[in-house]
Amino acid sequence: MNGQSHSGRQMAKSSEITESWQIGELATPIGSVPVIATRLSAKDKLGAWKVRWGIGRMNYKVSPGLYAVGEPDEASPVLVSANYKLTFDALRQELSGLDCWVLILDTDGINVWCAAGKGTFGTEELVSRIQAAGLSEIVSHRLIILPQLAASGVGAQDIPQRTGFHVEYGPVRASDIKEFISSGNEATEEMRLVSFTFKDRLVLVPMELVPAIKMSLPILGVVFLSNQFARKPLGKKDLAAFAGAVIAGSVATPLLLPYIPGKAFSLKGWLAGLCWTAGSLQLSKGFELQDRMLAAGELLLFPAISSYLALNFTGSSTYTSPSGVKKELKYAMPLISGAAAIGGVLMAAAHLFGKGEKK
Amino acid sequence: MSLIYLDDVSTLALASNKCNGCGRCVQVCPHGVFASNGKKPWINDINLCMECGACAKNCPTGAISVESGVGCASALISGWLSGSEPSCDCSEDGKKCC
Repeated sequence: MNGQSHSGRQMAKSSEITESWQIGELATPIGSVPVIATRLSAKDKLGAWKVRWGIGRMNYKVSPGLYAVGEPDEASPVLVSANYKLTFDALRQELSGLDCWVLILDTDGINVWCAAGKGTFGTEELVSRIQAAGLSEIVSHRLIILPQLAASGVGAQDIPQRTGFHVEYGPVRASDIKEFISSGNEATEEMRLVSFTFKDRLVLVPMELVPAIKMSLPILGVVFLSNQFARKPLGKKDLAAFAGAVIAGSVATPLLLPYIPGKAFSLKGWLAGLCWTAGSLQLSKGFELQDRMLAAGELLLFPAISSYLALNFTGSSTYTSPSGVKKELKYAMPLISGAAAIGGVLMAAAHLFGKGEKK
Repeated sequence: MSLIYLDDVSTLALASNKCNGCGRCVQVCPHGVFASNGKKPWINDINLCMECGACAKNCPTGAISVESGVGCASALISGWLSGSEPSCDCSEDGKKCC
């Protein structure tokens, strides 16, 4: 029943789906509501690890609808969230000891912020989900708490006239919810600000690395074939320089983001790639006379690859603006593609026709 | 270490004459772009703005405008290549999202 919205009441029916994170049922005036665990199981943690590596990531969902945490009653707070299982888990593990309702919107398995940006965590879905869940018959108050990052998709001022409920924006992070509720729905300044810590960036790295490796495989395949007849076959040191440049762009730049000079991601990535390529050429004595053309090619091509990969990380960052990314692309893409093209030609020439090392 | 993106790029604009001083923009902004002293807020640091659109979406008087959208390089590139509007719908090719 994922993704389906029906007319009339729709609870997350426990009789239809038995989920490992469901620990019971709660009778309400309009039917039974699943009670959810606030502790994550090994299965939840394994699932989280898999989606971080991109395995089954686009189908990691829970059923939208109303859920209960603890033993909520008509006065208990209502928290609204998205139906990405990773989001759902991040929320419920912060709710231990609380009695509250959790209203899960159908965001097609996308997290709150991205779904709000797309509009799926939006005013329409919120209004229809409040009505479908019969929320006005379950709680006597008229306040719902939304994650602050839903604000890109929901116009809080439009909700009261359509549902009778007022919107309060809770903290950015689920980990602040208890403090938010216990302080009478007051968020500190810090709770309202998005961060991008080392740990935040670390969990994103696999989804940078996996596509980068996929992109690299055809290149390696071509080199493997051309190595069979090229006068100067590419070897381990060239492979190390290439692999290092891929890692510089997709892993090192995200992780070391605040410490690499520059503001543009392409510049940061290029610098990281240049350091690696120049360093590995130096170590392998690639600057010696007969290898000059190859070295020049690698110095042009490899940092360009790092730069491009780093540029892609703008999509995962929490602070880059579309206007900024557009501006950066306008300047960086011609440089990246130019350097890559010239570098690629130099490398190919040295590789195919250069003075080969005697085998 | 704070992370700040490119300067002078944001399309954010606040028309103070339309503002009713409700302060919602200060509340929803995830980067502390706005400041207020209890009356009408103002844009305190536009270079912190990531154009997420939360402030404009939640402004009851339409005093805020910003061109929000997809801020992902690969989405913009594929949008340019295919001549379509950039979207972060990467669900089909199983790639990363947003």
